[in-house]
Amino acid sequence: MEERTANLEMWRELGLDIKAHCDLLDLLREVYPAIYMSQENRPPGMAYFDAAIAEIHGDRIRELLEHKASGGKVVGTFCVYVPDELIYAAGAIPVGLCGGASVGADRVDALLPRNLCPLIKSIVGFKESKLCPYFASCDILVGETTCDGKKKTWEIIAEDTPMHVMELPHRKSESGRATWLNEVAALRAKLEELTGNKITRESLSEGIRLANGKRRALARLYETRKTNPPPISGRDALLVSQVAFYDDAARFTHAVNTLVDQCEAISSPRMPGEASHPGSGYGHIASPPRGRGGSGGGVPGAPRLLVSGCPMAVPNWKLHHVVETSGASIVCEETCTGTRYFENYTEDPGSSIDAQLAAIADRYLKTNCACFTPNDGRIEQIKDLVREYKADGVIYYTLQFCHTYNVEGMRVEKALEAAGIPVLRIETDYGMEDAGQIRTRVEAFMERIG
Amino acid sequence: MISAGLDIGSRTTKLVVMEDGRLCEWILRPTGADPLGAARALIGGRRFDRLAATGYGRHLAKEGLADLALTEIKACALGTHFLCPACRSVIDIGGQDTKVIALDASGSIGNFAMNDRCAAGTGRFLEFMAQTLGLDIEEFGRVACDAEASVRLSSMCVVFAESEVVSLIARGAGGKEIARAVHEAMADRIASLARTIQPEDGDIVLAGGVARNPCIRPLLEGRLNRRLIVLDRAQFIPALGAAVHAGDT
Repeated sequence: MEERTANLEMWRELGLDIKAHCDLLDLLREVYPAIYMSQENRPPGMAYFDAAIAEIHGDRIRELLEHKASGGKVVGTFCVYVPDELIYAAGAIPVGLCGGASVGADRVDALLPRNLCPLIKSIVGFKESKLCPYFASCDILVGETTCDGKKKTWEIIAEDTPMHVMELPHRKSESGRATWLNEVAALRAKLEELTGNKITRESLSEGIRLANGKRRALARLYETRKTNPPPISGRDALLVSQVAFYDDAARFTHAVNTLVDQCEAISSPRMPGEASHPGSGYGHIASPPRGRGGSGGGVPGAPRLLVSGCPMAVPNWKLHHVVETSGASIVCEETCTGTRYFENYTEDPGSSIDAQLAAIADRYLKTNCACFTPNDGRIEQIKDLVREYKADGVIYYTLQFCHTYNVEGMRVEKALEAAGIPVLRIETDYGMEDAGQIRTRVEAFMERIG
Repeated sequence: MISAGLDIGSRTTKLVVMEDGRLCEWILRPTGADPLGAARALIGGRRFDRLAATGYGRHLAKEGLADLALTEIKACALGTHFLCPACRSVIDIGGQDTKVIALDASGSIGNFAMNDRCAAGTGRFLEFMAQTLGLDIEEFGRVACDAEASVRLSSMCVVFAESEVVSLIARGAGGKEIARAVHEAMADRIASLARTIQPEDGDIVLAGGVARNPCIRPLLEGRLNRRLIVLDRAQFIPALGAAVHAGDT
């Protein structure tokens, strides 16, 4: 496809590999419609997110560059533990850089061992192959010590890129909390140094407000998915979570709230026990089963599945696509691109900067990630989510070589099955070779719970 | 009522025909590169009231050939339950997949486990190793049974195992011992897959093409400390399950 000249110029200035980058965008333009536009009866508010994907390397990058031209900074992050509040408070823009596609294998293989998770390989692949304008726009990258693969990869990336690493403790103990609080304070200092902006009580209050607003909007969206059928597909909800990582926070929040209003309008007119509401204005509730692409909203009576485990970065839509074109609805993601991103609000004590930093540290430490030991809170949380979202079963999703989620998966499966919750474990990567096998397993899982 | 089950597997396509719940016919042929062609050739002029398809070609078959589709996991469970209602678990070793399925008393699927994308622990692994040793697949199983000693094979990856076998040959290990080692490694792999679903007590049905291999069964029995039942025509169990499904629906 013909690229806009202005985009080509912008990418050239950012030092991207123009030909490979155009090929990548062409691939995205082929895959995206097949997975997303094939869905029928999507809420109209999804158009914003379709556009956000279409302009992921175009308009959004232009905004970041304008921000930089007026003296602002861009901060790349790789994990939901890195506090956005601080980045906003410093007047900088955070962008999530995790990759969901396998690119630049030749360069990656020269730098990393083969048996490393696809997410880390993707990060390095996008950077080294000069395929990611976000990497090229960042003034600093903030890594963290969530897993061994990441923390050793930061050393490689730091060879040619400014990098700040936060030490995330792996135990939720008093000393762990003390470490984390220090790390949050160190990030504040680092951001002040980078931007030249002092982080004040007021700016931090504003940062907390912005981050919480985003979380509240996403929590509202997830709330609508508890209805049966859900007003929005799992694919679309995943997309919204993915866009959260790089979009303008205020605009994103507004777009999500608009979408939620539509979703609520789809769900709420129905009274309990009423199968459909033909007059709702969204005909799909009453309409018969749809085409192969599945529905943008859920199908009444379709099995409701909760996905739990590893993050799914753009453009990793594989599992959701396979599941939802097999006739099930995904109603919740207990992942970093799901509940882990928006659950828990940061309190704003307002009294002092120190109290605010402590509140930020505490909010993030509530997140249940498999990098912690023990992490039994996560098992209880998944059970609660299954109940709240009325899920019929759980797909435990791990990326290959993600040891923390993989090992923890054994205990999660055992605990859930013992509680009468069927579990299907899927371990995969970004390749499509196993899509057929995954489909067989998902279908058999539906036969099991159906 | 005439119902039929078609199992389009990665290596062979199987057809089972039933009349009023009675088994009447079971035939197979290689799948090759044209699964639908193989299925049509197998069906020939036969007519059924209802045909259900399973196996990796089930979706393909549903477009115009079959009335219903079900996964090979459910099909295997139904076929096992039909032949052996008392059995509560089945190990199906096919050409491309190996699966372990727990059944409830009504024959519905309980938990199940399946190998990942790689060929370790599947019939393809055995075929490939037989080829490396220059034996045909029937002979390979017999030779392994006869072996009095074994060597140790540490890799289950088809590619790595091949180089391991080549170096074993170079070190002077006998073909029989190596054949035995391949079967033992395979049994280890499948036994650990079976343990992940913790099958209930009782006999286990062994299904799939590899059930015909005489060496795998005793090795698995030793590892799982259970009796394994190899039914006649074990290879047809999923196709039979599909036929049962077609008759029930």
